[in-house]
Amino acid sequence: MIPAAFDYVRASSLSQAIELLRDNPDGAKLLAGGHTLLPALKLRLASPELLIDIRGISEIKGIEIGETHVKIGALTTHAELFASEPLNQIFPVFRTAASVLADPQVRNRGTIGGSLANADPAADWPAVVLALRAEIEIAGAAGRRTLRAEDFFLDIFTTALKPDEVLAAIRIPRPKLGARYTYRKIRHPASGFAVVGVAVGVRMQDGIVNDVSIGITGAANHAFVGKAASELLTGKALSRDNIDEAARMLSENTECLSDRYAPAEYRADLIRVELGRALVALSHWDEER
Amino acid sequence: MTISTGKRLIGQPLRRREDRKLLAGRGRYVDDIKLPGMLHMAILRSPHAHATISSIDLSHAKAAPGVRLVLSGEALGDRIGPIVPNWIIPGSKVPVRPVIAIGRVRFVGECVALVVAETLAQAYDAVGLIEVDYEVLPAVTDEAAAVQAGAPQLHENVPGNVTTLYKVKGGDYAKANDEADQVISLRVINNRLIPTCMETRAVIAAPEPDGTLTVYIGSQVPHMHRRWIAETVGIPEHQLRVVAPDIGGGFGAKMHLYPEDLLCPYLAREMNVPVKWWETRSESHQSTSHGRAHTEDIEVAFKNDGRILGLKVSTLGNVGAYLSNMATGGPTVNTVNFGTGTYKIDNYEAFSRVVVTNTVPVDAYRGYGRPEGAYIAERAIDAVARHLNLDQVDVRRKNLLHPSDFPYRPYGSTGVMYDSGDYQALLDKALAAFDYKGRREECERLRGSGVYRGIGVAAYTHMCGMAPSRRLAPGGFNRGGWESARVSIDSSGRATVYSGSMSQGQGHATSLSQIAADILQIPIEDIEIVQGDTRQVQAGHGTFNSRSMAVGGSSVHVSAHQVIAKAKKIAAGMLEVDENDVSYSAGAFTVPGTDIAPLTFAKVARMAYVGHKLPDGVAPGLDETVFYDPTGMGAPSGVHLAYVEVDPQIGTVDILDYVAVDDVGTLINPLLAAGQIHGGVVQGIAQALYEEVNYDPENGQLLTGSLLDYAVPRAEHVPNIRSLFQETPSPTNPIGVKGIGESGSIAAPPCMVHAVLDALSPFGIKHLDMPLTPPRIWAAVRNARAGAA
Amino acid sequence: MPVQAVPHEVTIEVNGSRRTVTVEARRLLVHLIREDLGLTGTHVGCDTSQCGACTVEIDGQAVKSCTVLAVMADGSSITTIEGVTAGGGDLDRVQAAFQDHHALQCGFCTPGMVMSVRNLLKENAHPSEREIRHGLAGNICRCTGYHNIVRAVESLASKGNVA
Repeated sequence: MIPAAFDYVRASSLSQAIELLRDNPDGAKLLAGGHTLLPALKLRLASPELLIDIRGISEIKGIEIGETHVKIGALTTHAELFASEPLNQIFPVFRTAASVLADPQVRNRGTIGGSLANADPAADWPAVVLALRAEIEIAGAAGRRTLRAEDFFLDIFTTALKPDEVLAAIRIPRPKLGARYTYRKIRHPASGFAVVGVAVGVRMQDGIVNDVSIGITGAANHAFVGKAASELLTGKALSRDNIDEAARMLSENTECLSDRYAPAEYRADLIRVELGRALVALSHWDEER
Repeated sequence: MTISTGKRLIGQPLRRREDRKLLAGRGRYVDDIKLPGMLHMAILRSPHAHATISSIDLSHAKAAPGVRLVLSGEALGDRIGPIVPNWIIPGSKVPVRPVIAIGRVRFVGECVALVVAETLAQAYDAVGLIEVDYEVLPAVTDEAAAVQAGAPQLHENVPGNVTTLYKVKGGDYAKANDEADQVISLRVINNRLIPTCMETRAVIAAPEPDGTLTVYIGSQVPHMHRRWIAETVGIPEHQLRVVAPDIGGGFGAKMHLYPEDLLCPYLAREMNVPVKWWETRSESHQSTSHGRAHTEDIEVAFKNDGRILGLKVSTLGNVGAYLSNMATGGPTVNTVNFGTGTYKIDNYEAFSRVVVTNTVPVDAYRGYGRPEGAYIAERAIDAVARHLNLDQVDVRRKNLLHPSDFPYRPYGSTGVMYDSGDYQALLDKALAAFDYKGRREECERLRGSGVYRGIGVAAYTHMCGMAPSRRLAPGGFNRGGWESARVSIDSSGRATVYSGSMSQGQGHATSLSQIAADILQIPIEDIEIVQGDTRQVQAGHGTFNSRSMAVGGSSVHVSAHQVIAKAKKIAAGMLEVDENDVSYSAGAFTVPGTDIAPLTFAKVARMAYVGHKLPDGVAPGLDETVFYDPTGMGAPSGVHLAYVEVDPQIGTVDILDYVAVDDVGTLINPLLAAGQIHGGVVQGIAQALYEEVNYDPENGQLLTGSLLDYAVPRAEHVPNIRSLFQETPSPTNPIGVKGIGESGSIAAPPCMVHAVLDALSPFGIKHLDMPLTPPRIWAAVRNARAGAA
Repeated sequence: MPVQAVPHEVTIEVNGSRRTVTVEARRLLVHLIREDLGLTGTHVGCDTSQCGACTVEIDGQAVKSCTVLAVMADGSSITTIEGVTAGGGDLDRVQAAFQDHHALQCGFCTPGMVMSVRNLLKENAHPSEREIRHGLAGNICRCTGYHNIVRAVESLASKGNVA
């Protein structure tokens, strides 16, 4: 319940945070919302020597609606993502996902950057940013680099971030006309994390799927893109048969996690059912709006 | 002082008197108490389910900042302890449980060493510096595996891991089996649970300047704790004061004796400073007693019209690594005695084995044994209905007891007697409130469109307030069945009620006041309730087994009547009339048929204390103490109904409605009574749908070690509960109350399981074990479909 | 060996009063509130940010104070349950509704629950039953089965007052 002792520094700029990371290669951790890190420290599952509080770094705050992209600063909280009218006018999926993420108190503190950088295999935002084809902006000693979200998540709690890098922002291309997104989640009753979460984007043209993107979380070691299923659907009608085929294909091609609560076969079948339901919902989008 | 209007308070939905301070954040729980110079204890717990301790190195911990003491089991030796159970079924083999493990650990979480330091942070830091070498031994966590030949053995004096054998028999089951049209068998698991009081356990022991010791502990049974601590630590009982302040829930888990309850008093005396221990939530999962953990094999013999002729039960009760306080009583007396439930089943045979395993000790948790017993009866009758393809209500109705059957001794039992009830009326009331017929039609109609809804029914009865005292000895229960109450009137006519019961949220400050106010006929504001301090309340048994109103309340009732009886004598003297001519009503003593002016209670109270005009033979004071020992036990009963919709594709359960009709005898406060039903039902729904302790069967690791993986339901996981009552007063006590706290957690698990099975009946699914999680339901549907294909 | 941490000075405004406390970096906000300031109405019910018994408002937002370091709260304004009942006087409307609907039993989760209900009503003055249940997902109550908590909040929602 009480963490092991550590030192604490408030970084006032990205460069200061990066410098501190570089100077403490083994024992430093970034602290933003703290809602993943602090419970781990309290249970003494980790004991870093230094916590670098990055909440004061203004460069990585806020939501910018640009002409071609939407940029979300890493420090943006789940509650801010839920509440932002400009963001949700363009991407209402942020409200959908934020409303089923953890609980109100956690949403008031936890940040999207923290969630992505932690890469919990059952976190919600990874699926969403994958379906949005977002890019991750990373700041390091050598300057900034940008990675596609699908290249960012590497393994369980493992990302492409190097030890002295900071996740700075998420850049999302503005949607093409007619694109719509949704997120569906089966929650673990205790942790609130996703047993399986499915984020889907679809753009239809003349009754034919012009583009589809799928992000899956909870099912495997890390969130991933349902590429083959997307390819299968592209250029076809969003019919029940096509949906079922795509959902089945993704389900069968995924090597799922197994744990005491949910065996791999259950997670695989959830992908099938929930992806199917997401696609059906998106196919009826216009009628429901 | 205002004169009471004479309106009866029993039966009124009064708002609680204890709420203001709790709502304002001014409750006082043990963790809120801070004493000067107080040190903090932290425990090193075993990471292994079963191992020998080869060596312990305390030196780094001893050298750490702020550390005052580091102690291993070996160093403590037998200076205190061992921990002895308090309910030992005759013939039980009792393994020795040291306060801190010596040489060998038997479950993940067992105490291995302790640190006392100036701050809690320092204590935790130092615990991390203790080095222990273990030699890991094979472990067994499952009760069925533990009784197999070749299973790892836990204790030398418990061969085969069975501590206790218990048999119950009535009628002739073999004959019933012969005469039956059909016999079916089923094995049901009663899943292991963690009680999860929101306030974890905490203890502070503080030496007083006069050489006595005060122990602050969130105990449901402060006087029992006084006795146990005194005997186990070696402190004269009269020099030990146990104070139970506000308690953040108990549910049975806070009525047992734990190592920390002994260590803090021992250390405080040795070190001559206050010593505090506070349990973290994750620590609680591996150190506070668990509940349930049974496997039951059931055989039921019946006629083709649904009439049940006989029931045969074999139970394995997993009690963890050592016998906790009441461990031998739960799977035996409390479970199999109640295996026939609300039904007339004359031929009954039950055999119970109490089994030790490499897990956290299992003990009382809300219902203790009665949920398991009701689950046996209910799962059996439901299986019969499903097997015969008969309506689940019709089959129940055919077997339910009738009002003329009471008082009823099931299967001719000598130990079990149901005092009163009307089960058929309960069923009718529940069906009407639920609209059973309409819902049944709705289920059938929707099934055609691929919507799977189901209705669950469960009936229950049990017995509350273990008593009378003299009948508890043969069962090995080392306590009495009485409760104490002292009603003390001050010289202004106001009352302080000292009760041996112990509220952990039930609202005794309100309900006991209602009982006292009706008899004393003074305003409820003029009554204070004192509990939870052994220096103020001389003796008591505390709160468990839904006994506080039936036994504790009755005690207040009798005591208050004695006060009035004495006051009447004093009034007669003051009015210079015969005592028998005085009557007491609306808060005043009058002499009916005369023009003598009424005498207020306050004036009589004043006279009791000034003593100027007391009749001969009447001593001063107005202060009565009663140890009330009931003649028998009340048996609450009820019928619950649930309506659910299952999504067979993903296995989720949506609870659309829940109706509870309970007969708990006379209602003292319907608002608080409904609150008890709501809470109990939700704990029962939790067992049915969400909660389960998991151990790794290979290495005995606790897999549900925190609230991140042990699923306690939140508001969105549970429905509204429609709670209705039927009042059949119990003839066993003067108030007519039966007990309510455990009802919900007894009825809800079978009710929910039946509802889900009903929804899944089109798939041919006949059995599921709790908790009915989405993955489990999904797997059952998948297997059923595969079988059908 | 443990880090020899430097003490940090934390200044916060709690229930309207400015307080400065020197703490280790690892001190949790809930411990600062309970132990350094003696405001024991805020409780600790778990160690994984699940139960919500420690909920307080930081700069007007409901937060689990067991998952915030005291140093992180430096410069902020905090309201605890003790600050809801102004001057130890009357219960506020959420507290009063809890008493009226018997929405508490043991009272341990209650302060955190009250803080969450305030947050919920601030975000949504007229929540439906479903929204109430979803909005209280961050708080565990083991006694009431939530039934009467939901009734209490509904009574406030239907009155249409904003928290």
